Amino acid sequence: MKTFRIGGVHPHDNKIYSAHQPITECPLPEKAIIPLVQHIGAPAQPVVEKGQKVKVGELLAKAGGFVSANIHSPFSGTITKIDSTIDAWGMRMPAIFMDVEGNEWLETIDRTPDVIREFNLEPKEIIDRIAEAGIVGLGGACFPTQVKLMPPPGKKAEVLVVNGVECEPYLTCDHQLLLEHGEEIMIGIQLLMRALNIQKAVIGIEMNKPDAIARMQELAAKTLGVEVCPLKLKYPQGGEKQLIDACIGRQVPSGALPIEVGAVVDNVATIYAVYEAVQKHKPLISRVMTVTGKSLKKPGNYLVRFGTPLSQVVELAGGVPEDTGKIIGGGPMMGRAMTNIDMPANKRTSGLLFLPEAESRRVEPENCIRCGKCVSACPMGLEPYLLAKQAELQMWDEMEQHDVMDCIDCGCCLFTCPSHRPLLDYIRMGKAQVGGIIRARQAAQKK
Amino acid sequence: MDLILIALLVLGITGLVAALLLYGIAQKFKVEEDPRIDLVQEVLPGANCGGCGFAGCRALAEACVKATSLDGLLCPVGGAPTMEKVGAILGMEAVAADPKVAVVRCNGVCEARPRTSEYDGVRSCRIEHSLYVGETACPFGCLGCGDCVAACQFGALSMDPKTGLPVVDEEKCTACGKCVKACPRNIIELRKKGPKGRRMVVECVNKDKGAVARKACLNACIGCAKCQKECAFDAITVENNVAYIDPEKCRLCRKCEAVCPTGAIHAVNFPPRPAKPAESAAKPAATTVQNTPSNPNTPIEKPIEKKEEQA
Repeated sequence: MKTFRIGGVHPHDNKIYSAHQPITECPLPEKAIIPLVQHIGAPAQPVVEKGQKVKVGELLAKAGGFVSANIHSPFSGTITKIDSTIDAWGMRMPAIFMDVEGNEWLETIDRTPDVIREFNLEPKEIIDRIAEAGIVGLGGACFPTQVKLMPPPGKKAEVLVVNGVECEPYLTCDHQLLLEHGEEIMIGIQLLMRALNIQKAVIGIEMNKPDAIARMQELAAKTLGVEVCPLKLKYPQGGEKQLIDACIGRQVPSGALPIEVGAVVDNVATIYAVYEAVQKHKPLISRVMTVTGKSLKKPGNYLVRFGTPLSQVVELAGGVPEDTGKIIGGGPMMGRAMTNIDMPANKRTSGLLFLPEAESRRVEPENCIRCGKCVSACPMGLEPYLLAKQAELQMWDEMEQHDVMDCIDCGCCLFTCPSHRPLLDYIRMGKAQVGGIIRARQAAQKK
Repeated sequence: MDLILIALLVLGITGLVAALLLYGIAQKFKVEEDPRIDLVQEVLPGANCGGCGFAGCRALAEACVKATSLDGLLCPVGGAPTMEKVGAILGMEAVAADPKVAVVRCNGVCEARPRTSEYDGVRSCRIEHSLYVGETACPFGCLGCGDCVAACQFGALSMDPKTGLPVVDEEKCTACGKCVKACPRNIIELRKKGPKGRRMVVECVNKDKGAVARKACLNACIGCAKCQKECAFDAITVENNVAYIDPEKCRLCRKCEAVCPTGAIHAVNFPPRPAKPAESAAKPAATTVQNTPSNPNTPIEKPIEKKEEQA
């Protein structure tokens, strides 16, 4: 069975809490806050005014640049103000505030549960509909999808790698989506193959989801050019470069994008959104997220519209457990502890994890014993112990020479360190610094 | 006997030849250097802190020797006396610059700024800042991990365990600016020390709207602009919901301090105010105008009667 070649760790997957829980729709809130930054790149520019009435699916904000995404109204109601709100980490972000009234959808959106299989669209039309629907990579990075579908001149996509890995422990939303909407995802894959003008797609799914593998294999047998690639369990298999290596055996060079080896990677949730946008004219206004934790009453997979306060989803899942020590946005490996659960759901929120107090404490770090475990665990082939020390000593140039920009923040080094050294904390800080230095240098060169 | 003599002769001749050779090479590849660079370097403090903007004291010395005037060249550590000495060596006039001092513009003490979370990551402001708002709800205030303390080479900064904020030892601070660069939230500013070390400072950089800022911290500047209206010298500007006092224009009248509803404005190094009844609160502020020595750099618009200092 296949997997990626370099590094990787094996955390306990802890998916039993929310696995196979059917996707439940979260009720509409009374008031909604829709953030204008729900993607990587420039913030979206609002096109609505205070007091304006909008329907579900109406455009609220236009993409603010090439790398940016449209934002549509997830609710019908009145815009009350455009102001800043507090995000999950207490920082400020611009947002549109709304009073939710009823549930009135735009007439163009097909809300029937029928699966629409036929399409007869030119690649350009598909890409335009994806861009118009504001679709971003729902796997976590939230990179605008249409940008990926337009390879730079001279580069040619050859294969679409579909990310159904969900290697992050605890999270099960993609798994459930594969089980419930496999057919739609298969159509979405064909749409993307058409958009990229390619004949081959590989769906990577890890072995801990045998039912999803069986379901997709059954569907793939009926579809030309699509194959399912069962993968060995290893974190971070869902990383773009790791997945390409695992599924098609190509290694993306340092500093390059997947298109360099002819691959385009998209998450299953993103592909489901593509299906809905192209076949049903439904913009990206909701996503499935996992709410889970050992002591949570009703862990599960919930369909939330963007702008719903996360606290409302938590209520649905049985409220915050008493022994909670940390609430993590996302999974335990790459997610970040949150300080505010009133923050609205958005394209980025893939999960909420409630860790009990006993598990949430970090262990006091000790000295590095030079065991080299972090080096062998790093899936990008970096030297985390060295990078962390360099960041501590603010040696930015040296960090750049040691390829810190290749770091994918997966946290394998921190997970494996027997001395519990905060390697990732330092490396992430150093990466931000070096990134700033590189951008400044590029800006200076342009002038 | 002969043996010793021969040994001495051989060694002596070898030594002589080597010495001549070395002398010849040294002469041939001699680097001509202005001898004044060494002299200037000697009077500089030798901390190599980089506060002057050059890479160490020698680089500043070279720059001074090359320059046609000392304008813009300043060793913040040595200050005016050092620059005078440099000027004397080079035969140039040292340009007088006001001594500066690092000022921490956050007064979010523990009582005023309730903790909303617990940070258990690396004790580094830079890392904590990149992760989230910090242990309190103020996204602009001091994080208290002491990056500035670690950056100070002169031991002028220390953390006050009671307030959780850094304290500047004005005697030791050389205004080299290292702490300013170390602070990820740009809280520390180099400000003019002011006459007798007295100065007015808005000890807050919170750009949130008043209500939000106050919710996070009782001592926050809420941008109400009362101080701006009170200031007779146009020294106060309110931008992005936070007031800023221009040290060049401030005449140290202390009126702004009296009107500030949250106590965000601090009068530093002033003698304690005489206790007076509350209704005449505005008056003592007016009297202090006369008591405070006016700033020598700003032209006096209104003639102020100078009285002898009461404190």
